[in-house]
Amino acid sequence: MNASATLIAWAGPAQPRSRRVPPDVVHLSDEALIALAARGEEPALAALYDRYGRVAYGLALRVLRDTTLAEDAVQEAFLAVWRSAHRYIPERSKPSTWILTFVHRRAVDLVRREERRRADQLTDVESIVGGMVDEEAWLGLERERVQAALQQLPDQQREAIELAYYGGFTQSELAERLGQPLGTIKSRMFTGLARLRELLTEPDHEPDHEPERWQTKRSTT
Amino acid sequence: MADEAIHDLTAAYALHALGPDDEERFEEHLATCERCREELAELRDPVAMLAYGVESPVPPPELRSRILAAARAERSNVVPIRRRLPVAIGAVAAVAATVAIGLGLWAASISDDLDRERSVVAILADPQAKSIPLEGADGRVVVTDSGDAALVVSGLAAAPKGKTYEIWVVEDGRTLPAGVFKAKHERDVVRLTRPVPPGSGVAVTVEDDGGTDAPTSDPVFTAGI
Repeated sequence: MNASATLIAWAGPAQPRSRRVPPDVVHLSDEALIALAARGEEPALAALYDRYGRVAYGLALRVLRDTTLAEDAVQEAFLAVWRSAHRYIPERSKPSTWILTFVHRRAVDLVRREERRRADQLTDVESIVGGMVDEEAWLGLERERVQAALQQLPDQQREAIELAYYGGFTQSELAERLGQPLGTIKSRMFTGLARLRELLTEPDHEPDHEPERWQTKRSTT
Repeated sequence: MADEAIHDLTAAYALHALGPDDEERFEEHLATCERCREELAELRDPVAMLAYGVESPVPPPELRSRILAAARAERSNVVPIRRRLPVAIGAVAAVAATVAIGLGLWAASISDDLDRERSVVAILADPQAKSIPLEGADGRVVVTDSGDAALVVSGLAAAPKGKTYEIWVVEDGRTLPAGVFKAKHERDVVRLTRPVPPGSGVAVTVEDDGGTDAPTSDPVFTAGI
């Protein structure tokens, strides 16, 4: 057979595939996106990544202090979301909580494996310009709100929570590191988290912290 | 650990701050303790909110495409594995499902096993892997440090009846067969049957069904040549 004729027919320029999420999924709720992802709809996963990929990456980077490992953690977490979407039960947790729990656990598991735990203050991660203005603003407000809530905790409670969540330390490691009995650490974490819950779910803040609202706002501008 | 003490582990569990043994014990406990389940449910949102408390730099754009490519690769590979799962974990599921299904945590731990079974995904997910762009088609060859390789190609026309695409590893002037595939999807992900050593390239030709030992036509596309 004529090989060159074959090549002409087959080696034509590949169609570039659009990377944009189709508009029909952009307006869907997180719950609907997870349900679509459970049916193997890739644009739904893409849309979830567009909503939570950035905060996921920020968290992973904070825990791992390494961009390659952070990307790895985020990738594994979103693939876990993809695989487990059919097991998601909306009544049990908010989609954002469900997704970010995967990310946090992946990041902490990785940092423990790498034994790269560093609890020192994070020097400013090089910020990449290029996020959308609304997204920047929204994330900035959220950061302030969470930071303000953390600042209202007694120092020792904040310290225990930050070292555990961002540092990846286990409660036993914390007890040793801080020179406190395990029971004290447990109680600091519990009291601190309970207070944090009150601070972060106060009704006057409620309208600000739904990512969907931000999505809607962004898509109408 | 005293029986009473286990109720105190909710916050540490929510923060993923238990060692592996304590965590496992607490998950078993959760299955039977309504009080701890309710407590945990209340703590999970504020814990997840902590993710918003740090700087969120923009992730590299390739991360998004990598995740989607890996997800796509799984979709074609995942079905038989998923079907096997209920059998493999049936005994554990009875306890774990009550708690962990909603949390998605149990899923996170078994996904490690899934990764091992899915070599293509493991290659695509390997952060050390090198990505060699294709010339002549849209896609890339991903090669790990150990030479394991996967081909990811988009928009390829389906191989005509009686024909197949064949992958070749080109090293030291030799052309060695590395697997065949039919382009069936918008994007195909194929595991190479032969390692790609440093300095070698990859080519793909069209051959008769079943493939041949040596290429009989010019490459349709190449990578690293």
